[in-house]
Amino acid sequence: MKKTALHDVHEQLKARMVDFAGWHMPLHYGSQLEEHHAVRNAAGVFDVSHMLPVDFTGTEATRFLQSLLAGDVARLADDGKALYTVMLNEQGGILDDLIVYRIRDGHYRAILNAGAAHSDVEWIEAQAPDNVTISARHDLNILAVQGPQAVAKVARITSDEVGQLRPFTSREFPNYFIGRTGYTGEDGVEVLCDSSTAESLWSKLLENGIAPCGLGARDTLRLEAGLNLYGQDMSPDTTPLDSALAWVVHWEPDTRKFVGRAALELQRKQGPTQKLTGIVLTQGIVRPGQSVQSNAGEGTVTSGSYSPTLGYSVGLARVPQSASGNCTVSIRNRDRDAKLVKPPFVRKGRKVHK
Amino acid sequence: MTNAPSDVKYTNTHEWARIDEDQRVVVGISDYAQNALGDVVYVELPEIGIEVSASQEAGVVESVKAASDIYAPVSGSIVAANEELENAPELLNTDPYGDGWIFVIQPHDTGELNALLDAESYVEFCESEDEGH
Repeated sequence: MKKTALHDVHEQLKARMVDFAGWHMPLHYGSQLEEHHAVRNAAGVFDVSHMLPVDFTGTEATRFLQSLLAGDVARLADDGKALYTVMLNEQGGILDDLIVYRIRDGHYRAILNAGAAHSDVEWIEAQAPDNVTISARHDLNILAVQGPQAVAKVARITSDEVGQLRPFTSREFPNYFIGRTGYTGEDGVEVLCDSSTAESLWSKLLENGIAPCGLGARDTLRLEAGLNLYGQDMSPDTTPLDSALAWVVHWEPDTRKFVGRAALELQRKQGPTQKLTGIVLTQGIVRPGQSVQSNAGEGTVTSGSYSPTLGYSVGLARVPQSASGNCTVSIRNRDRDAKLVKPPFVRKGRKVHK
Repeated sequence: MTNAPSDVKYTNTHEWARIDEDQRVVVGISDYAQNALGDVVYVELPEIGIEVSASQEAGVVESVKAASDIYAPVSGSIVAANEELENAPELLNTDPYGDGWIFVIQPHDTGELNALLDAESYVEFCESEDEGH
């Protein structure tokens, strides 16, 4: 199994380790619930070095990414700006979701999901023109520092200028690449750096009262924030239009041809038959794979867990396009009353739906 | 090192069973089980009055991570269930052998308890499970 540079540090902290996409990663360091609350109320740090940064360099990098991704990198007008979007196959199926940062003209950096990284890189390299260099940055670690106190604490440890970064922008520092991005629904940053820097940063963050957090809390935080998990809520068998990600597709200018565009345009014209939406219930816990009976027919839970912030269960479900309102979800052969709602469930630490 | 008190018996599905002064069997999950599950957030209790047979599913414990069935260690009827757990499921983590009890069975035959593991054998069983991982 693959290990991050901080693997031994996690074991010293007595983390419960699990296999995640071939990586031996911390699930939690004692209490997943406490870690979740630490991020909502103060700050927590996640080692997400299993994700793979990939650099695109060359004079044609912009043009190549414009054809590779459903979102248009030409909209990143300023250096440092970031874009959340998806990479599609010809059928419009989602190969991965990613954040791409424009470091400067002719240099972009995308961060790929661990489980999809290998096939993504093959896919990208197969299409890249000779004058665009693709470098998989296995040398870079990623620490996601998230929560209302995260930015101020990271600024104190690294550089005051971190505090001036606007959301969805990034900046290069001598030892770090820092983006004001994340996957928890809280303010925070993602810090990319080499292994020895990652080790010293990790210990400084912990000395400053930032809680080490595992993939368990990361999952409940992203779910409360209504953020999809690749491989669970979306896959090559789903498109952005039936995965609540229509907003990441840039149709304009209509002269921009990107992989999957033709298939998506057809689906858009015909109207997608399904959608991904939120589900809440108060009795029991929704889990992936459970079936949903809605006013418009059957659907399936794609993500589901207990929401530590709300104190009841929330999930995401793929249901018929016109489904809404009350529904039932089948949990161990019993139909439980549930309700379809639009995600997110929690915004900036507060409940969204009454 | 798992905490396994010697005044209770254990199943190989990680329930514990304690005979009380009225010859009823109190059931919960072991320290090993609560540790493996992580934070418990929901407990589905059996209905009082139902009949269960040994090794039959009698409830469900859900942690943040996953759902896990609770099996009856002995045959009998359910005579009590710990309703405290509806508001405080975390009692399974904080006090698995005490306030975290889940239900009580009026057994048909207390002799069935003899088929369960004692603390020493249970600890060995847990160690073998860990090695298997």
